[in-house]
Order: sequence, then structure tokens, then C-alpha cells
Amino acid sequence: MLTPPPPRTRADVAARLPDDQARAWFTEALADATRAATAREAPPAQAPPAPRPAWQLRFVTAGRHCGQDAADAVRALLLIEARADTETLTRLYREGSAAERRAVLLALPSLVDGPQATPLVDDALRTHDTRLIAAAVGPYAAAHLTPHAWRHAVLKCLFTGVPLTAVADLARRAAGDAELARMLAAHAAERTAAGRELSRDLRHALTLTGVPTEEP
Amino acid sequence: MRIFDPHIHMTSRTTDDYEAMYAAGVRAVVEPAFWLGQPRTSPASFFDYFDALLGWEPFRAAQYGIAHHCTLALNPKEANDPRCTPVLDELPRYLVKDSVVAVGEIGYDAMTPAEDTALAAQLQLAADHGLPALVHTPHRDKLAGLHRTLDVVRESALPVERTLLDHLNETTVAAAADSGCWLGFSVYPDTKMDTDRMVTVLRTFGTERILVNSAADWGRSDPLKTREVADAMLAAGFTDDDVDRVLWRNPVAFYGLSGRLRLDVPVPDALHEGNSVLRGGE
Ligand SMILES: [Zn+2]
Repeated sequence: MLTPPPPRTRADVAARLPDDQARAWFTEALADATRAATAREAPPAQAPPAPRPAWQLRFVTAGRHCGQDAADAVRALLLIEARADTETLTRLYREGSAAERRAVLLALPSLVDGPQATPLVDDALRTHDTRLIAAAVGPYAAAHLTPHAWRHAVLKCLFTGVPLTAVADLARRAAGDAELARMLAAHAAERTAAGRELSRDLRHALTLTGVPTEEP
Repeated sequence: MRIFDPHIHMTSRTTDDYEAMYAAGVRAVVEPAFWLGQPRTSPASFFDYFDALLGWEPFRAAQYGIAHHCTLALNPKEANDPRCTPVLDELPRYLVKDSVVAVGEIGYDAMTPAEDTALAAQLQLAADHGLPALVHTPHRDKLAGLHRTLDVVRESALPVERTLLDHLNETTVAAAADSGCWLGFSVYPDTKMDTDRMVTVLRTFGTERILVNSAADWGRSDPLKTREVADAMLAAGFTDDDVDRVLWRNPVAFYGLSGRLRLDVPVPDALHEGNSVLRGGE
């Protein structure tokens, strides 16, 4: 539950939906999203307060139509199909429930090339909602977080019990990171001083840095 | 025993409460948006509160194996403050959310024209969004308040079968029952209803369409009152099925009218492992 699945394909998601009614809804929702993406290629209409496109209401209501288990994947696919830009992603995140925010985070690596959406990741990493944190440390964070922010993200996972399997590219980014090794060792020392166990994830992360530390 | 508390303000409660509620059998709650004790000064303050009811609070509840839904609205008290009324314009984007199962708490506080406007507008919003409504009946001048509430409900587009009148007592239950609305009772340590009086009402009016809640909040209140009523019902000769009806099936039926109720919250591993997730860090 804590480890977010990567965005799935249409067929994959459709197969996981509870019934035909949900599948029909999903097909229509994707069609709405496709229409929105195609319409954007036409010259922009000069009417700023345009009504929200239909797919965005589908994005909000996906849970009750597709079931909570499939909702993350359905929402992420809608974002990708609509080719949502950073501005739209930011608005949907800001106006979203925790579940909607998670879907935005999961879709980031497929939709945003540069670091412009990192404020959303930063926002999620400030929360204590483990499902948001897990969704925030995916491939987009691996590609775009600054070293400082990324190290704190790894520590945040350890502090809140988010399994490090959720952290994309952990081995690559951790390798040779002496500062991360120092932070992990300090965390380990703090736990040891308090008579607490070192988690397997903490030992694993220390090992991945490849930096020798005084801690076991 | 499975218990659904259909009206409780968990934002004001501790994790100890969640733990005790789970142990007492509470598996689902609905948290209505209400007054925070301290007046708000801008719509933004409401939006942060609504976001918490759609994000952080369900997360907290889920860690204790409790399904959390909410009802959203501009509450009657703050409907009188022109700094807050713009919230009404933003409600539609919140009322479409998956875990919103009613519009509420709406109703009367001091029975002012501003409250008339907010109540009527929000009953219409409920009708427009396929949601039932949780209507709080006023604490002062209660019976007159109930009649005025019923007049507005009857004039609205929302059918009485989709309306829950809450905080009822002996003086208002008969008129409320005649109206065809659902009937809510808040059981409190020293105000509103108490456990024995609640059992008497159930004896007189039966178990149909009746919901019992703790309405626990930041004031003197007790989140385990629902369980106390269940035990008192059994002691008074009601059956397990009667208890299940009042404390589970009735709230499921009422909020189920939204089509958005989801009660299959898995028991989190963390509940068994003493994981630090429960503290959100150390
Ligand atoms: Zn209340």
C-alpha cells in the first residue's frame, strides 16, 4: 500500500476495475482527457475563465466510480492522457484531496521534464501522510530534487516508516554520498543512544552509500 | 459490535481517542465541518480546514482502522460573518470530492436572515450534488428553531428522506419524526441527550431512521458515548440486531444515499507493530 505502483497502461488498469460499469466510466473519462489534449493543440480561445474540462471532474470523482484501489492509477492515467501541463498539475494538486494529490505526484515523471514541479514534491514531503510521502519520492524526485532536499526525503522516509523501496533510484543517488552517509550514521547513533533498534532500511541505506561509517 | 459514529469532530480529538474508539467497536465516523471554537476571519481558513477533513484526518483515522468521511458546509454561526460567506461560492468544488457524504452541518444558530440564506443555498447545493444534508437544530429556542428548519427544508429541492435533523431531544423528536426526516441524537456528558433518555426515546419511537452520535468536539464530550448507548440498549432489552441497526445500519443507509460511502478500511499493520508511522515521526 505504501509503495506506489508506477503508472500502468490502459489495459492493465481496465483489467483491475471492479466491474463493467467502472470500465465504461474509465473509457469515457479517457476519451474526455484525449479530447482535452487534442483541443489544446488548436489556437487558444480568448476567454480566460473557461469552464473546467470534463476530464478534471472525472479526475476528482474517480474513487467512487473505479474503486479506491484503482483510483491512483486511473487518475494518473487521466493526467497523462490529457497531457496536463505544470500549471494544471499544480492547481489540481493544490485543490486536491490527499488521494488526488498522490495521483499528481505519481504522474509527474511522465509529464514534467524540468524541475518546475518540485514545489509539489516539497509540499508532499512536508506532510506526515505516509502515502503522500511515498508518492513524492518516485522517479521525479530522483531526477530533480537537490542533493539536500533528496537526502532529507530519504531520512523522512526512515522517520515515518515509508519503506525505502518507495525511493526511486536510491542505489544510484546514494552511492558515494558522504553527506547522506553522515546523516544516516547520526540518525543511527541517535537511535542506538535511545536504546532503539536500527531498522533494516536504515542499515541498507548506509550500505548503499558505500561510505564507511563508525556505525554497524 | 460494530459502531458508526455519524457525527464527531475528530480534528479536536487525540490519537488516544482513536485507539479507545477502535477498542470500543467504532469502525467508521463522519466528521461534519463546523465551528472551531475560535471565529475564522477568511475563506482561506475554511479551505485549510476542508483540506484537512479530506486529507490528514482520514489518514489519521485509517491508522487506527477507522473509516473517515466528512460533510462540508459553511456552519450556521459563521454564516453570519460577511468575511466568511464567500465560502459558499467555493463549496461546489469541494462537494464533488470522493469522501464527502453530505452537506453539513447546516441549519440555524441564532435564526437570522443570513442563516436563512445560507441554509436555503446549501440545501440547494446538496440537491445539485446528489448529496443528503446534515441539519443541525439550534440549541436556543429549540422547538421554534425546528419548525423554522422544517419550513425551509420543505421549501427546498432536497427531499425530507435525504435530510438528517440532528441534536434532537424530547421536545423536538415528535415533530421531527412526523416530518419524515432522519433523526439524529447527540449524547453528551451533561448537555443535549444522556444515555438513559436516549434509550427511552428509542423505546417510544422505535429504531427506524434514528441515528445516535457522540458529537464529540473540543468541548466537554465523550467519543465513547455511542458504545455506552449500545450497552444501555442491550441492558434495556433491545436485541443485538436493534443495536446494529441504530449504531451501524442506519448511518450506513443515510450517508450511503451519497453513493460515496466506503467502509473497507484495512486494519493497518502499524496498529499491530507499534510502528513510528503512528506518530508521524519521532
Ligand atoms: Zn457538530
